[in-house]
Amino acid sequence: MPKYLLLKHYSGGPEPHHPFPPMDQWAPEDVEAHFAFLRQVRALLEETGEYVDSQALAPTQTWVRYGGPDAAPVVTDGPLPETNDLVAGWYLVDVETRERAVEIAAYISSEPGPGGGPLHEWIDVREVLSRSSSPSEE
Amino acid sequence: MAGEPTSAWDEGALRALVPRVLAGLVRRGEQFDAAEDALQEALLEALRVWPAHPPRDPRAWLTTVATRRLVDARRSEAARQRREEESAAAEPAPAAADAAEVGDDTLFLLFRCCHPALAPASQVALTLRAVGGLTTREIADAFYVPEATMAQRISRAKRTLRGRRFDRPGDLAVVLRVLYLVYTTGHAGPPDRVDLAAEAIRLTRQLTLATAEPEAHGLLALMLLNHARLPARVDAQGRLVTLDRQDRGLWDRREIAEGVRVLQAALARQTDQRPPGHYQVEAAIAALHDDAASAAETDWPQILSWYDDLVGLSADPVRDDPAAVLGRAVAVGHVRGAAAGLRETDRLRDVLGERHRWHAVRGHLHELDGDLAAAADAYAEAARRATTVAERDHLVRRAARARAAASPPATGARTSAHARDGET
Repeated sequence: MPKYLLLKHYSGGPEPHHPFPPMDQWAPEDVEAHFAFLRQVRALLEETGEYVDSQALAPTQTWVRYGGPDAAPVVTDGPLPETNDLVAGWYLVDVETRERAVEIAAYISSEPGPGGGPLHEWIDVREVLSRSSSPSEE
Repeated sequence: MAGEPTSAWDEGALRALVPRVLAGLVRRGEQFDAAEDALQEALLEALRVWPAHPPRDPRAWLTTVATRRLVDARRSEAARQRREEESAAAEPAPAAADAAEVGDDTLFLLFRCCHPALAPASQVALTLRAVGGLTTREIADAFYVPEATMAQRISRAKRTLRGRRFDRPGDLAVVLRVLYLVYTTGHAGPPDRVDLAAEAIRLTRQLTLATAEPEAHGLLALMLLNHARLPARVDAQGRLVTLDRQDRGLWDRREIAEGVRVLQAALARQTDQRPPGHYQVEAAIAALHDDAASAAETDWPQILSWYDDLVGLSADPVRDDPAAVLGRAVAVGHVRGAAAGLRETDRLRDVLGERHRWHAVRGHLHELDGDLAAAADAYAEAARRATTVAERDHLVRRAARARAAASPPATGARTSAHARDGET
């Protein structure tokens, strides 16, 4: 079965459906509802046997490149433009079809936001290339 | 491990034998790394065989099987040894386990595994395997790395130790630090993993059988006194519950009583030349928290006085032990007022200003001061720097609650928030 990485972003991606403030400015009950929903997403994916992994990333980003034989690594940690793609975390799912991955992504995107309505957050859906080729393709 | 609850030999009983058997092999002249590998294989076999056929003398059984493995290994290496198997087959049955011997064996091995030539991560991994008897898979799970990675870390550590001399006593301070690292890893981790906190307590308890060093006993007390609160630290939804909001009825009274007893015995050995060390002082602070029937009854002046001692143990506490200075700032806030506590944290800005805990403490002190807007900002800053999901979510909640209390939502939304999460 193909695996898909469903990425959440702190910034970057298409124009947001609607702007929303950072979470620490939401009403406390909306924060609780949001966290409860995320717990439920994971429970659901475990229940269906599609869950592989989920991780959250800290918002600090550092770009590093080789600096040359006798030089220190070149390091850039910002400031980066607001439109910079900054990944916040992901779900890795193992699903039957691409359609199912999209369905799960849309469900994640329905997570409740401030005021309780759906956040409509863009989810970045990426197929993970399989390591083994299927016998039929050899 | 596949421990059957009905079998006469549970995993704990099996693992308690590990340092005894391994120390016996090494003292007999076997190479540490080869002996450790052989014992690991013997343990896996024991888990397979013992549920159906419990041995009469488990320690002798393990020694015999591990010795066979050592012989096999040597034979395949040199293809010349012939009759060792017979000579290794019958180990004399040992006398009933003597507490002092268990302690000696544990200490003997801990000094090896916590050798200063090893990085902390290697010291921890090797200790858990060679002294704790955990499998490589369990250790890998506990640290969220692939099993192959952990296997490599362990074998590199053993290679580093090969050929080093162990004729002098090791550094007990390093051993204590490694054990505390094991404990704190377990304390923070989710409960469905290998219970490293319990494992650290078990090993430290074994260690205290061999040494009268008050700091070893202080460390055991500190672990017990913190571990007692663990059942109240996370609620049914997996949310962190801070000390001041915990259901104290869930605290383990027996563990607290033992911790206090161990601590008092350690403190009784102090002299003017030798004041209580770091772990004893931290244990004393933990004991005072454990002793309060409610958060409001916490004896903050007494806690502050212990923090004064703790800070006094370092020549330059801000650089050498900023965590102690930060803990003291909280106590100052409760004793002399939040503003005084905040002033204490100012000194730490250069050292801890990028750490979530510094911002979280300031959030707490601002809250204590009644400045909820500043508290919300500080908690939000802390959340951005949090290093675990549970802490991050907790700090976002604190920020949102402080923000809502500072400026009640104008767009007349719901009013049920406070009733629902029951923490405000």
